[in-house]
Amino acid sequence: MTMGADETTVIERDHLIGRVEEFNKQGYRLVQLHCTKVGETYEINYSFDLDYQFRNLRIVVDGQTEVPSISGIYWGAFIYENEMHDLFGIRVVGMNIDFGGNLFRTAKKNPFANPTFRGEGPCPGE
Amino acid sequence: MSRRIIVPFGPQHPVLPEPIHLDLVLQDERVVEAIPSIGYIHRGLETLVAKREYPEYVYIAERTCGICSFIHGMTYCQAVEQVMNLEVPERALYLRTIWSEYSRMHSHLLWLGLFADAIGFENLFMASWRLRESVLDVLEETTGGRVIQGSCKVGGVRRDIPGETLDRMVGDLAGFERDFREIANVFLHDESIIARTRGVGVLSRGDAYHLGAMGPTARGSGVAIDLRKTGYAAYGKIHFKPVVETDGDCYARCAVRVKEVFSSIDIVRQAAAKIPEGEIEVKPKGNPNGECFSRAEQPRGELVHYVKGDGSRHLVRSRIRTPTLTNIPPLVKMLSGCELADVPVIVLSIDPCIGCMER
Repeated sequence: MTMGADETTVIERDHLIGRVEEFNKQGYRLVQLHCTKVGETYEINYSFDLDYQFRNLRIVVDGQTEVPSISGIYWGAFIYENEMHDLFGIRVVGMNIDFGGNLFRTAKKNPFANPTFRGEGPCPGE
Repeated sequence: MSRRIIVPFGPQHPVLPEPIHLDLVLQDERVVEAIPSIGYIHRGLETLVAKREYPEYVYIAERTCGICSFIHGMTYCQAVEQVMNLEVPERALYLRTIWSEYSRMHSHLLWLGLFADAIGFENLFMASWRLRESVLDVLEETTGGRVIQGSCKVGGVRRDIPGETLDRMVGDLAGFERDFREIANVFLHDESIIARTRGVGVLSRGDAYHLGAMGPTARGSGVAIDLRKTGYAAYGKIHFKPVVETDGDCYARCAVRVKEVFSSIDIVRQAAAKIPEGEIEVKPKGNPNGECFSRAEQPRGELVHYVKGDGSRHLVRSRIRTPTLTNIPPLVKMLSGCELADVPVIVLSIDPCIGCMER
């Protein structure tokens, strides 16, 4: 099953919690959260599903902007929000379970914010 | 009054083929809270889109997991095909369906063996894995690879299955089904298995849905979500019902997987009977420019591949959300309140694939 960009709605960060609450009230389940770095900004996608109908909310933030946690609405969101913090360095505030940067024990801090590859940059321990 | 202590579980543990760590907060022998941490085998595969052109990235996508590699490759290809408006030939869609179901059978048999081993039922472990070998033999014969199949590509598949081979595969399924029925009877009716799994690690239907449980973890709790019902590949032309159990315990999750093997056998038979003649691939023209979420039903549940392209040979982003990641919050819920001795069985009951989850 594939979904294009049609199902994506771009919203302001300040409207995020309200829109997610609407999805929750309608019975949507949380499919996933993920982050994409586009230039110097970050697209954060919140995906939902109800009876195989897929919907996606998107906010666009810079690396310094604090993003409100939706784990108060969808308890299981903590796993994605911690992942987003650990890999991209996105500052998520209000998580129900905050691992403090220790969910993904990666050698490099926030490795997806500025990815480097073997042979192209300094590797820890080499 | 008893005091609370923290017992570390993993990353190395006899029931864990791959590393995950849980801090178990105990009061006497009862788990009060379980705090997971991961990242021991994080490979950063998603960032390799910057290094591999989009047709090559199929190889990376397949290597996300050593168990359901075919479905990873297929789901990635579906996403790119959607972005590029490619119409995949029908025969290729049926072949993808057949290989997906063989992947499901081998994954479930692998899990059943590990589950039997975790319970201490070594004979059953060996019987399950012996039967799994015959599934791997078919995958090797038809794709060239037992673990990483490499048979999916953007626009279709690399290999066809000749008609006589397909007939033989269907013929062999009768013997496979007979042998599996013997194993299934043990998993479903043996007293020692029932004693170790009934009422253990219960996840309610509401929790399963709201915490994002997927696959047999969700269907074992009565949540009838199966992405194959959306009709991707050739599933829209196959008749089957999602296997659902309602007790929400380890036994129910085991029963779902046992019954799904029979369901997979039936799906392969239907697909083999309906597969049309014709081409098995179309050549992609140009480069992907756009974005797409592609979803498929892995043996462990819903798999999501997100791709975003900017018209160049390299994608801007690949995001892989695996079912194990979304089954972690339900696992935390299941473990809360359980006995320490039940932790290995409960952890195994979600069929955790850590390599897949970490990417």
